[in-house]
Amino acid sequence: MTYDKSVEVFPTTVWSAGAGCHGACGQKLYVKDGKLIKIEGDENASWNQGRSCPRALALTQYVYHPDRITTPLKRVGKRGEGKFEPISWDQAFDTCEEKLKSIRDEFGAESVVFAQGTGRDVGGPISFLCYNYGSPNWVQLGLSGQSCYTPRLGGMKATLGDFCVMDAGQFSALRYDDPDYQVPKVIIVWGQNPPPTCSDGFFGHWVVDCMKRGSKIISIDPRNTWMSTRAEYHLQIRPGTDGALALGMLNVIINEGLYDKEFVDKWTYGFDRLKERVQQYPTHKVAEITWIPEHLIIEAARLYARNSPAAIHWGVPIDMNPEGTTVAQAISHLWCITGNVDNPGGNVIARPSHGVTTYPYSTEELVGLYGQDLVDKLNKARIGCDTYPMVKGFRGWAQPDMVIDQIDSGTPYPIKGAWIQTANILGGQAARAKFHYQALKKLDFVVVVDLFHNPTSMALADIVLPAATFAEKDSFRSWWVPLGVMHKTIQVGDCKSDWEINIEMANRLNPDCKYNNIKELINDRLSVADITFDELVNQGSQAMPPEGHSSRPYYRYEKGLLRHDGKPGFTTETGRIELYSKAFESWDVDPLPFYREPAQGPVNTPELYEKYPLIMITGARSHMFFHSEHRMIPWLREKNPEPYVEVHPDTAKEYGVYDGEWIYLENDMGKVKRKVRISLRVHPQMIHTLHSWWKPELKGSEPDLFGVWDYQINQIIPGPQDSSSGFGGGQYKTTLCKLSRINE
Amino acid sequence: MAKMGLFINYDYCTGCQSCAVACQQEHDFPAGKCGITVTEYVYPAEKKPVAVDFLPFPNELCDLCIRRHQMGEDPACVKHCQAACMMFGPLEQLVKEMEKTPRSALFSPR
Ligand code: SF4
Ligand code: SF4
Ligand code: SF4
Repeated sequence: MTYDKSVEVFPTTVWSAGAGCHGACGQKLYVKDGKLIKIEGDENASWNQGRSCPRALALTQYVYHPDRITTPLKRVGKRGEGKFEPISWDQAFDTCEEKLKSIRDEFGAESVVFAQGTGRDVGGPISFLCYNYGSPNWVQLGLSGQSCYTPRLGGMKATLGDFCVMDAGQFSALRYDDPDYQVPKVIIVWGQNPPPTCSDGFFGHWVVDCMKRGSKIISIDPRNTWMSTRAEYHLQIRPGTDGALALGMLNVIINEGLYDKEFVDKWTYGFDRLKERVQQYPTHKVAEITWIPEHLIIEAARLYARNSPAAIHWGVPIDMNPEGTTVAQAISHLWCITGNVDNPGGNVIARPSHGVTTYPYSTEELVGLYGQDLVDKLNKARIGCDTYPMVKGFRGWAQPDMVIDQIDSGTPYPIKGAWIQTANILGGQAARAKFHYQALKKLDFVVVVDLFHNPTSMALADIVLPAATFAEKDSFRSWWVPLGVMHKTIQVGDCKSDWEINIEMANRLNPDCKYNNIKELINDRLSVADITFDELVNQGSQAMPPEGHSSRPYYRYEKGLLRHDGKPGFTTETGRIELYSKAFESWDVDPLPFYREPAQGPVNTPELYEKYPLIMITGARSHMFFHSEHRMIPWLREKNPEPYVEVHPDTAKEYGVYDGEWIYLENDMGKVKRKVRISLRVHPQMIHTLHSWWKPELKGSEPDLFGVWDYQINQIIPGPQDSSSGFGGGQYKTTLCKLSRINE
Repeated sequence: MAKMGLFINYDYCTGCQSCAVACQQEHDFPAGKCGITVTEYVYPAEKKPVAVDFLPFPNELCDLCIRRHQMGEDPACVKHCQAACMMFGPLEQLVKEMEKTPRSALFSPR
């Protein structure tokens, strides 16, 4: 709403820096004289129906923050000295072109890595630049085991040939009122407290909407959260043991005959072998592993299996389990054997809306964009492909733990440059953060594209390019639904969007680059949806896939809407859901789910556990911050000013620490500062702390780097990953530590 | 005009703070100033070992978004509340809401 006739209102879609999330809500931008004066949720957007999170609502403070980088910069002092000088875009592009070409000429394109952070629209432009340059090494650098969604995607792909998501009616513009939709009777919320954000393309409060409409909750969470305290069953799990729990629940459902026999007979493959495997996981054994009372495991499994429809919604802890891909496989088996597949209120198959590719999620999509020849060629040199067949076969990511090891060692081939785009690696995702710092310092040439200076840009950048928020750019999104566009309504300084920057660079680095500008690229990619960028803008920025389209539920496997040959069934080798996974078999991964203990813990490392008896959980989502962002936004920071650690009252007493005291979290890798918050939210043998802390108000130049070495918790999280597929097993939720007082 | 107020079904309040930032944006309040503050309560409860609740408190700075009301719009907090657990209306009507809603609160800020 507006009080002023000269204010223009632009509805747009969100999926970029600004709010920072993975979501696609609709927001209305209020612009006066070229300036953003306000933002409000768009009531016409079915995603959020007018609602907004605090990060979206604080957009004006983000966009016009005095610390925004608004012009390209070049480093003039020594690396890390914090001395930069403004340059023009032409100078910046020229320098990048010259340096990147000379590295390619001398060492080959594979010697430059293209590093991104969390999953938002940057995935499209950065993979585009990487492929046009000719490098196979597109990577979420620092994210040990690629432990964010990729393992879950891999587990689902290997089982169903497709990805699935809990059905909250999001595929229909009518949402909960769609006559075809049914609210899940039971929702297992596995490893997430959904309200804080829209992770993995899912509005967290959709679960809350379903609860209001009658859904019962089974919460699997080591902590007491808003969600867990409203659940029918709260399974307070030991971190890193989700695989055992899933196998135990499968054991109950199979041995008690609670699965959907007709569905299993008709649509699955390998059930008998799964049945045999789960016998190794009787509930008494699973109870011992997971610390969950046996009766709760049994009762929760029954509640889920006896109610239809029932859905599973899950979070990033699944990926951070040892063998994260396999854990995801086991959990997906729960919805597969209960017939909760592509049914209203179950787990529906999720494909990019209208078949449009923005950010390629699978090898098939990469082949669609860049051709089989290039993809085959790049697969040969990609870091991790020789070690992990799944790294080669599934997604096109280089293996992050191996990338940093190779940057450090220079073998089997040297890495000379990095293009780091909206990814604060050192202040954010990097496990072994100090090692990343030391290794990345060895590079000859580093470009950082970002909106604010941060520990990564300060420590490493030779060239800094100023990026744009979602309000300042044309871009597009098809992460499940809706098909949405962002369109540029304001300009801040000389900032450019990730797409604009990367298309310009791609043209300079590849004379055969297919597109000259972003509109051309978007319209070409949108052509499969028979719609244009302008048409989408004019209809409020979003569209839902039409009925009968392969990206719209329900029951597509019956209708022959999934397979290329138009036959009923799934896009797997056998055409069935492969409970015994042929894809895993071909990737040298056990075709059936199994459980492996976390690398550190009471079972695997009893001596270490004696020395460091607290299991440290990191990485829970915050309402205020998206990963390492937003610490400089006043309306947000004031609501969570300091990095705290949640400590159970008994634990606090044992260590003699008081509420509000600054202490260290410590293990053999080092120590990190935290402020104690005594809380019943945590189990006495665990602590929980937020990740990705640095303080933009502190000095940026070395050695301070905005306090990153005081506050970056990932300094004491080990690598490499703990997973035989190469995906999953980042130790962000299972590392051991103790509390120590600062003045002792 | 009937006396107006804010009804909060706090059983569903997730503590997301959208109400607070919406209020700050609407009134152009700097950090440190806000018409509604959200408090967390974590305590041992009767039927479960721990309860986690949140309660937003519309304080003296809350003007019930009178300007928005005059233009036929809901208050900024009510509109943006992610759990859709807030209502604005005549107190008389909101009391009826409260009668059928356990774990709810009613505020008459002015
Ligand atoms: S977290 Fe959700 S509500 Fe907030 S900006 Fe992202 S999609 Fe929108
Ligand atoms: S009604 Fe308006 S003034 Fe009152 S708390 Fe809500 S947003 Fe703030
Ligand atoms: S916006 Fe709603 S759910 Fe969020 S804190 Fe305020 S009252 Fe609670």
